[in-house]
Parts: sequence; structure tokens; C-alpha cells
Amino acid sequence: MIPASEVVALSRLQFAMTALYHFLFVPLTLGLSVIIAIMETVYVMTGREIWRRMTQYWGILFGINFAMGVATGITMEFQFGTNWSYYSQYVGDIFGAPLAIEGLMAFFMEATFVGLFFFGWERLSRVQHMVCTWLLALGTNLSALWILVANGWMNNPVGAQFNFETMRMEITSFYDVFFNPVAQAKFVHTISAGYVTGAVFVLAISAYFLLRGRNIGFAKRSMTVAASFGLAAALSVVVLGDESGYAANSVQHMKIATMEAMWHTEKAPAPITVVGIPDEKAQKTHYAFEVPYVLGLIATRSFTEQLPGIDELVKQQEARIKRGQKAYAALTKLQKDPKNEALRAEFKRLEKDLGYGLLLKRYTENVVDATPAQIKQAAREAKPRVGPMFWSFRIMVACGFYFIFLFITAFYLTSRRRLDTRWFLTMAFLSLPLPWVAAEFGWIVAEYGRQPWLVEGMLPTFLGTSSLSATQVWLSLIAFVLFYSTLAVVEVYLMVKYIRKGPDGLLLEVKE
Amino acid sequence: MMPIPIDYEVLRVLWWFLLGVLLIGFAITDGFDLGILTLLPIIGKTDEERRIMLNTIGPVWEGNQVWFILGGGAIFAAWPMIYAVSFSGFYLAMLVVLLALILRPVGFKYRSKVKSPTWRTTWDILLFIGGVVPALIFGVALGNVLQGVPFQLDTSLRIFYTGTFWQLLNPFAIGCGLVSVFMLTMHGGVYLACKTEGPLRARAARASEIAALIYVVLFVGIGYFITHLDGYMFAQPVVHDGVSNPLNKKVIVEAGAWLTNFALYPWLWSLPILAVVSALLTVVTVAVRSKWAFIPSSIVQFTTIATLGVSMFPFILPSSSNPSMSLTVWDASSSQTTLFIMLIATVIFMPIILLYTSWVYRILRGKITADFLKEQGDSAY
Repeated sequence: MIPASEVVALSRLQFAMTALYHFLFVPLTLGLSVIIAIMETVYVMTGREIWRRMTQYWGILFGINFAMGVATGITMEFQFGTNWSYYSQYVGDIFGAPLAIEGLMAFFMEATFVGLFFFGWERLSRVQHMVCTWLLALGTNLSALWILVANGWMNNPVGAQFNFETMRMEITSFYDVFFNPVAQAKFVHTISAGYVTGAVFVLAISAYFLLRGRNIGFAKRSMTVAASFGLAAALSVVVLGDESGYAANSVQHMKIATMEAMWHTEKAPAPITVVGIPDEKAQKTHYAFEVPYVLGLIATRSFTEQLPGIDELVKQQEARIKRGQKAYAALTKLQKDPKNEALRAEFKRLEKDLGYGLLLKRYTENVVDATPAQIKQAAREAKPRVGPMFWSFRIMVACGFYFIFLFITAFYLTSRRRLDTRWFLTMAFLSLPLPWVAAEFGWIVAEYGRQPWLVEGMLPTFLGTSSLSATQVWLSLIAFVLFYSTLAVVEVYLMVKYIRKGPDGLLLEVKE
Repeated sequence: MMPIPIDYEVLRVLWWFLLGVLLIGFAITDGFDLGILTLLPIIGKTDEERRIMLNTIGPVWEGNQVWFILGGGAIFAAWPMIYAVSFSGFYLAMLVVLLALILRPVGFKYRSKVKSPTWRTTWDILLFIGGVVPALIFGVALGNVLQGVPFQLDTSLRIFYTGTFWQLLNPFAIGCGLVSVFMLTMHGGVYLACKTEGPLRARAARASEIAALIYVVLFVGIGYFITHLDGYMFAQPVVHDGVSNPLNKKVIVEAGAWLTNFALYPWLWSLPILAVVSALLTVVTVAVRSKWAFIPSSIVQFTTIATLGVSMFPFILPSSSNPSMSLTVWDASSSQTTLFIMLIATVIFMPIILLYTSWVYRILRGKITADFLKEQGDSAY
């Protein structure tokens, strides 16, 4: 029996909502923790009070954000079990390990030293306190590493194999899971994005102080840190994002094809469609503005390698679904007669397409008797919609290039000591929401782009949910919406309050 | 692939044991956070006293909470089926725990950031909920596990939970929930008595004593019920290193079966006895030697959880709908490779965690007073 489509839709909605919400806090935590650690290092090296005040002030804003990140992170860890229990049991053998190691290696460190960061100023020597701050930053970054190892595996399930006796995926090589190229590319891309977020945050709020003529020395120094750190991060986020695209291309052709609205296979090297209006029905992009060669070069790093278009990928999927149907039939026989060596060999030969066979469950309970029409339909529908992919990707990339421009300007003005340029300060302040826009759309490209798969090629999303009633999921969804909205109001209220107060309005004295 | 140097059977027992260690770590550390939040509106008479209470745990609760998060991660990695059944089966209960737990980080951080009394009282109530509700529901959940959980599996190992939310709140389970609440309140009182002075300290010690005595009565009462409760046992011997598929065995239900292990190994009785003795020792010491009282109070956490664990071993999540589908140590674990990798990770990182955690507690030693709050300025909660 497969879960009702309403439960699947609601569970997906709830996951997307809570993940996107959680991801509002994560990038800032990642970036700000490192920026604060840099500021404190300057304090320890120079001994100048203003750098300690900077550390503490940005630290308070960090704390308000960190609390929400932790709170909403618990939801994520619970949710695999509560709403995606079939997924949990199907891949827990692989997916659970990085999550648990994240706790052991990273989150424990981060959560323990965050306490000393706030409460340790008077109890620790300067160097000791600085070490705690760096450990906090290290913890948050390692945390991202392990989460993305887990997530990278969903996008590129290496180092694992289906075991028919336990009816789940099991690990074959932990080394492969950890050094998964997709995971590594995602990790560097994501933390760079976090650093950009932290840098834009510091830049924008410092600009606000300068525009108001408050905390001049404080704001200028903060901006200097943000400008250089942000420039390095903005460059790497684009370069490494490109790397991420390259890694994705070797395993997730459909993600690339939908993101680029490549309806048909193009002659190598393929052109890139900069803008246009993708039309799902007509399978073409209207008013497309194309630049020749670029996409082929980015995605394949070659002049001759062809990029498959959506129509060709659908054909490939159809063939795999047919083989998957056979794999499913072999598995059913094997379950009844598990000792039979011939059946084992037969299943072994077909098992890599089992996931494609499972796609048919959405159209017919018994995979084996799916009609050719159903197979065609399954192949056609096994992709994300082009519109959201195409636009999300473009918005993210546009933000990425804008950040490079923003930080080059900031860097230039810093080195010329002209940080009081008003048009720049206004621009910097208005840029505040953009890193979040980029991060959220980036999440959509990565995770919506994986559909219809929960685990690429292995487990379709609609099979992964728990056997819950729609009422239960409605209830939790409504509870999350209400609860999270209230928290968002409180969080924004406090952030604004503390930003308005500014370092001049707060008690940041330390007796030594 | 390289051969794994530890037997599957041994790894499974080790991970059953480590699951206990994580639960106990959670109860001993985050347990006093939950206990103190439960006591917050009861013994904190003024805003200043409540701030002192919050700041006793302010710097450490976040680290303590990781025991819980790590526990979740470890169950996911080492016992995926148990993670899947318990989290999806207890769906609404989990939602309530989750929302209550989310109140804590924001409550701590946000409560004292605004001066208005209405704002602060609101957060005090929410923080109280964030303490008492998880404490209660954890106990209620374990109470339901002891009675068996209504779930079944199909041949593809998809889980079907057949109970309701209200069914979880049966008298026995609520009794277990109260054991948990009073156990953690006792523990919170002890920690508070260590970290505060004057009338607040006296009230904390008093609350701890009362909670400990109620705990003893409830623990013994629940224990007596368990001797008559339907327990689970294998109908025939099972292999200990077989595949992790819970559909390959026969299980029978029998009143009093949860005492089988105690009958086989009578020395196990020392666990519940030690729980009662330690609770009484806590009562005697908390007011006069608070720091010493932390030891028996922690032993109570350990022995209570251990008593539950050994009485059910090798069962972890029995199924009341179809007992033969119960999840046990021998058929609900991860693969041998995963258990081994996770063991290595634990052996490396657990000592490091204990090391820096104890260093942090040492740095933060000493009493929290009104003067301390003034010194901390805007950094304090």
C-alpha cells in the first residue's frame, strides 16, 4: 500500500516550509561565527578595546539568530522520523550516520562553547576566550559539513547497496559516502554562501550606523572586515557553485536540463539560455536569449561532450523504468524464496534500476502489470517542473554576481578610506535581504531539482512518507505555521531593537 | 571491503548499551535544565530570582540539549527502524515535545531582552511548559513502550501505526510520566541548590526533597504494576547475528514477563533498589551538602533508566498489535558496518566531549547571584 497523495503533498509542503525556515538562520550563523572570531582575533592581537566591543555587539545579534537556528534545527532532525519514516528505515543505515557524527563531532562543540562565548568573558583569559570563539565557529562549520554529507548522499547515493533481506539500503563504503564529490562541492558552496550572508549582514548594518552618523569608528572597522571577508566569500561562492553544478551534471542530468530549460539535446558545446520564458506544454522557451557554447563548457568542461536534453532524458528514464519493473518482479520472487541462488543472481543483475520500477507505484499498486501508457507517463513525469527550476537558478546566480560587485566596491572604498560614500552606504543597506533570497532559491534548485526522487534513482519521494492520516499532517502543518510565524515576529522585533540600540546603547563593559 | 573486527551480536549489545548511555547522559545533564524550568514559576518568587534560576543553566543548557539531539541521531543511525516507528507512531506527542523544546532556546535568549513584566511573565510560562511537558511526555512514551506499541509492518517493512494520541495517555503511562517529572524536578532542585544562595537555595532544596519522596512512591508503585503487566518474550530461541528484519521471529505475551531477566540474574535487583536508596540519600544531603547530593541524584537517573532497559532486554519496541513484529536488539539494528563505524566515532569523540564539557563546567563553577547578573550586563539571560 502506498501513502495517500494528500499525505505526500502535505508532508512535502511541511518539510519544504520548515527547511526553508531553518535555512533562514543557518547561513547567518555560519558566516557571523567566523566574522566574530576574526574580530576577536584582532582584539587579542592588538589589545584595542573597540575590537572587543565589536565582537560582543555582533555576538549579541549572533545569539538572537543562533537560538532560532538551534530551535528550528531540532524540527529537522525529528521530521525524518515523524513524517518520512519509510525513508528513515530505508536509508537510515547510511543517512543516519553523518547526522549522528554531526552531533558527536560538531554540534556538541558548537553548543558547549556558545555558552562560554556569552558567559566566559570574565572567567577566561583573552586567548582562552578567543579559542572558545574559534571552536564555536569550527563547530558550526563542521556541522554544515556532516549535514551536507548526508544531503549529498540523497543527491548522489554512492557507497551503498540495496539489501533484499532487510528491504533497505545499506552502507558498503563509508569512505565513498564521505568523499562523495557532490557532498564536498555542496559543502564548500554552502559555507561560502553562509560567509557571504554574514558579510552582507555586517556590511548592511554598519552602513545603517554610518548613514545615521552613529558608531562611526565601530562601523567602519566592521565594514573593513566584512568587505575583505565578503569579497573572498563572494568569489568562492560563484566559483564553487559552478563546481557544484559540474558535480551535479555527472549524476543528475535532469536537474541541469530543467534548470537550464534544455528541452532538446543540443549540439556540443551547448548554448546557455540567459533569460526566456519556459513553456512546459510546448516544451520550448519563448523569447530565449542564448549565448553559444557557455553551458556546454560550464557543465562538461569540454567542447565535444554532448549535454542530454529533457526529451532524451525522458527516453532514458523510460528504458530504466522497464528494467526497474523486471527488477521489482525479481525482488518479489526472491522474497518468497530467499535462498535461491539463480533468483539472487537475476536480481543482482537488475537491482540498479529497482528505484525506477518503484516510480510506477504511483500509477499502479502492482508494479509488474503497469501498462505501456503508464510507463510512458511515469517517465514523462519523473522530473521537476522547468519554470521554478529555471527562475530559481537565475535569481540565485544574479544575486551571486551582484555580491561580487558589491564587495569589490566595498573593498575599493575601504582601501581608499572613502567608506562615507552615501550612495554606497544606501546600496549596502538595501542589499541586506539578498543573501537570504539567494540561499532560499539555492535550496529550491538543489532539493526541488531532485524530484521525483528522495534518494536519486533509488527511492521516489512519494514512497518515503509515514503512514499518517491527512488530518495529522494538517494539524502539525498548521501548528508549525502559527508557531513559526509568531517566532519570526519576535525574532525580527528583537533584531531590530538591538540593531537600533547599537553598540553605543548597550552595556558592553568588561572588568578584567 | 575489509572484514569487521567485532561480531555483529557484540556490536548490537554495545549499541543497546550506548543508547542507554545517551539517554542517561541526557537525563543527568539536560534533566536538571528541564527540572529547573519546571520549578521556575513555583519557587522563583521575583523577577530577579527567576533570572538567577535561568542563569544557573544559561551557559550550559545548550550543550546539555545536544545529548538529546545526539540521542535522536544515534537511534537513527544505529536503530533506524526504532527511530522510524517511534517518531511516526507517536506523531502528535512528538509534535508537542518538539514545540515545547523549541520554546527553550528562544525563551532563554529572548525573555530578559525586554523589560516589560507582561513579556517576561509570558516567557516564564512558556519556559515552564518547555520544561515540564517534555519531561512528562518522555515518561509517558516510555510507559507506552513498556505496554507495547500498536504498530504493524508489511512485507516491504512499511510501518502502520494503529493507535491514537489519546490512547497514549492511559493511567499507567501517565504514572510513568509523573515518575519522570518528579525525578527531573528533584535533579533540577539539586543543581539549583548547588548554584544559588539564601532563601532561593533553601526553597530549591525543599522542592528537591519533596520531589524525591514523591518519586520514590511513584517508582515503587509503577514497579509493582510492572510485575503484573503483560511482558514480551521469544517463543523460540533467535539468532543474535541474523539480518535486521523484524519479520522472522515468534513472540508471545505473558503477564510478568518483564521480570524474566531479574529472575535469571537476581543481582539486577540492585538497580531499582539503588534508585530508591539514592533518592533517599538525595533527600538527606541536598539541603546540607548540595554538591554531594548531585551524585545520588545522578545515580537515580542512571538506575531508573537502566531498570527499564534491563527489564525489557532484548526488546526495545514491542508491538502490541502483532507481538511477533516487535523490534528487538537482534533484528532492528543497522548493518554491522554502520554499527562499527558509529562505534569508532563514539570512541573517539565521546571522551573529547566529556573532557571539554567538564572543563566548561569547571570554568563556570560558583554561585549565581544578583551581583553576577549586574556584572554580566546585556550578556546575561
